[in-house]
Amino acid sequence: MQSKIKVSRYDPETMGAGQQRWDEFDLDVHPSATVLDALIQIREEVDGTLALRCACRASICGSCGMRVNGDAKLVCKTRIADVVQEGETVVVEPMGNHPVIKDLVVTLDTFFDKVRQVDPYLQPDTVPEQGEYVASDESMVNLLTAMNCIMCGACVSDCTVLEVDEAFIGPAALAKAWRFVEDPRDDQREERLEELNNVEGGIWDCTRCFKCVEVCPKDVAPMDRIMEMRDMAIEAGNRNTPGYRHTESFNNSVKKHGRLDEARLAVESAGYTNVPRLIDLAEIGVKSVLKGKMPPIMPHKADDSEKITRIFDRVESERNS
Amino acid sequence: MYKHDVLIIGAGLAGLRAAVEATRLGLDVAVISKVHPVRSHSNAAQGGINAPLTDRGDDWEGHALDTIKGSDYLADQDAVEIMSSEAGDAVIELERMGVIFSRGEDGRLGTRRFGGQLVARTFFVGAITGSAILHVLYEQALKYGLNAYEEWFVSDLIIEDGRCVGVVALDIKTGELHSIWAKSVIMAAGGAGRVFEPSTNAIICTGDGLALAWRAGVPMMDMEMVQYHPTTLARTGILLSEAARGEGAYLLNSEGERFMLKYAPQYEELASRDVVSRSEQTEINEGRGVDGNVLLDLRHLGREFIEDRLGYLQEVAVEFLGIDLAEQPVPVRPGVHYIMGGIKTDVDGATIVPGLYAAGECANVSVHGANRLGANSLLDTVVFGRRSAVHASEYVKSVDAGSGSDEHLDAAKERIQSLLDREPNENWAAVRNYMANEMTKGIGVFRDQSSMEGAKAAIDNVSERMPKIAVQNKGKVFNTDLIFTLEMEFMADVGKAIVHSALTRKESRGAHFRTDITERDDDNWLKHTLAYQDLESEDSVRVETSPVTITKWEPVKRVY
Repeated sequence: MQSKIKVSRYDPETMGAGQQRWDEFDLDVHPSATVLDALIQIREEVDGTLALRCACRASICGSCGMRVNGDAKLVCKTRIADVVQEGETVVVEPMGNHPVIKDLVVTLDTFFDKVRQVDPYLQPDTVPEQGEYVASDESMVNLLTAMNCIMCGACVSDCTVLEVDEAFIGPAALAKAWRFVEDPRDDQREERLEELNNVEGGIWDCTRCFKCVEVCPKDVAPMDRIMEMRDMAIEAGNRNTPGYRHTESFNNSVKKHGRLDEARLAVESAGYTNVPRLIDLAEIGVKSVLKGKMPPIMPHKADDSEKITRIFDRVESERNS
Repeated sequence: MYKHDVLIIGAGLAGLRAAVEATRLGLDVAVISKVHPVRSHSNAAQGGINAPLTDRGDDWEGHALDTIKGSDYLADQDAVEIMSSEAGDAVIELERMGVIFSRGEDGRLGTRRFGGQLVARTFFVGAITGSAILHVLYEQALKYGLNAYEEWFVSDLIIEDGRCVGVVALDIKTGELHSIWAKSVIMAAGGAGRVFEPSTNAIICTGDGLALAWRAGVPMMDMEMVQYHPTTLARTGILLSEAARGEGAYLLNSEGERFMLKYAPQYEELASRDVVSRSEQTEINEGRGVDGNVLLDLRHLGREFIEDRLGYLQEVAVEFLGIDLAEQPVPVRPGVHYIMGGIKTDVDGATIVPGLYAAGECANVSVHGANRLGANSLLDTVVFGRRSAVHASEYVKSVDAGSGSDEHLDAAKERIQSLLDREPNENWAAVRNYMANEMTKGIGVFRDQSSMEGAKAAIDNVSERMPKIAVQNKGKVFNTDLIFTLEMEFMADVGKAIVHSALTRKESRGAHFRTDITERDDDNWLKHTLAYQDLESEDSVRVETSPVTITKWEPVKRVY
């Protein structure tokens, strides 16, 4: 079948940093060809200067993360016919949030630095006298979700937090951290949770935008792993954080009023004893009042707020039973 | 200047296992790989790793015999004894490092059956065993603070006074060549599937390690032994693990018949891979195929079982073929998968060149002989990766570093510049695709004198075209055009060794099945072929033979 493919090009030897050129190719490809097949065809038959990474062709090595029509994907398992209608153009760009080296090749140095940041190896206190660690099959199957991660970088590419906050450890490294927190053989669970809870860019920096869940080609669902670690961190007693206070305030406000008390949320998240942050908030408060954007100090109750309270009571009693 | 005690080329399972060992022994260790370690092709191993766990009643000699029978008696039995007897510890060690092996109800490691064995002794992580182990070994490497040259391409070994003392390598990201000096070098650079088309192998499996060692004077042993895996996808060659059959899947012909029952009444679908591939090809050749394939049928296993135990297979079938394994059989055919042949080493990974070791698929110890059992390759990598590191670490204590001279670097620079300076003529991809298709035709599941001579003619043609290949890309940064041209030179060497070794062996054994000489001939051919680069000989290659080591298992007729 005929296929149009538009490829982002960048050559550091002839172009300035941040520049980009678009090349378009018309190719005759197999009806079930993948985007990778097309790129290889370009590289082998049309333009040998096109730089891209690929290895296994079977969605297990994680080399070929790229953006296809705006979303991060493994191009080896992205069939052209699945992303465009006949006659439409496939647009291929390098992944986001990773600096481009050349054409479709990005550097993953920061990506792996962040993986290293979570001490990504098993840390048991004891070794069995003989044989393997005994652990339930369920506990191992549970870890498979995160072990399916092939470190392709797709989640990091499209992470909306990393776009604005370079300190965020990010979805892939946090999913890796989860894998050790959840491993029954690891004896650093509490230390890991405490660190991930307290560190700048830790588990509370995720904004739950779902983008990593959407683009992950291996169903690791990093955001779900992060949310699980928040619960685990709280259960392990890590409560003196803006993240926990935010969650609590949010919860209490909705339970009580049936809607969010934004003014209180800001103050309670900061903490009543956090003077520097409260001064910041006061400034923001004044500006908000001047622009007429200040939320009401005494929140309005939602209609039927008792029903919402009843939902909370029921969920909480079920959780406790 | 870059200097180390031990430099490991390749960062797959063999390379990383060696790196972890040598680092633990307190040496200055580095790995160098043309891809980031977690991109290595060990990822693609799906089904599992064999180990006879003696503490639960399995018998390592049983595994050794299955391996030797699988090898069609070409494996060196002393080497197999080492692999089988060390297997239990090797697998337990991986578990303790953090591999999330599947468990039984008692919380201990669980197993599945694999080909060529009646005992279930294959330990596994779903259908991503290779990936799961690779990532854990990478974690361990990080833990020990491993030094890694990531995306560096080794173009030459440095040999001084007959010793290997380092490499010349191209930093792919900058395009600069550097010397890296090391008192010992462990070659763990993987296989050469790209010499054929199609193949299950990654695009990076271009036989670099084999060719580098060959050029240093080390023989490639039993290179005619190329494994065709019975269940690969047509066109792309993508692998569907033997684990499917290990878990009970059937192979069917166009008449819906489980044809393996007639070829291997006892082992059925789980006979050795060479046997199953030949059976499939026979069915296809005799008109009972389905568009050049047979059918792999998992439907009776049920959706839940398939998704739990064989999730990655389901992913591949759905994503690449649009087939739901729980609903439909999948068309499969034999495809090039693994090379049993490789750099000849002893049981400690040492080659005939002091300071140069080899482990993993690029090496031939030999434990796989004429046909490797499924799930023995992962075992081979960790057992002999570790042993090479132990031996190399001992060796470096008694030797000095190389000269540090720029002579080798300058020669490599000149050679690469000459590739860049050539006038546009041949393109590496056209030459590679031609060679790989011809190799598959000539060195197939079935082969004969004339098909192998056809492959030799193709290799001769490639030799003529090689000097005309011009690199289109003249840039420095990430110049893959240049890398592929250098890889093409490696593949041409490997192809040549395969073809000449195949023409030498005048019998049928394991994967080397000749339709013109269909019997195994122990009187004349219970021996290894050794292909040397020999620039004085015709075609620059010389093939010798050497005896097979038999310890206690006398060759008998091989029946499954």
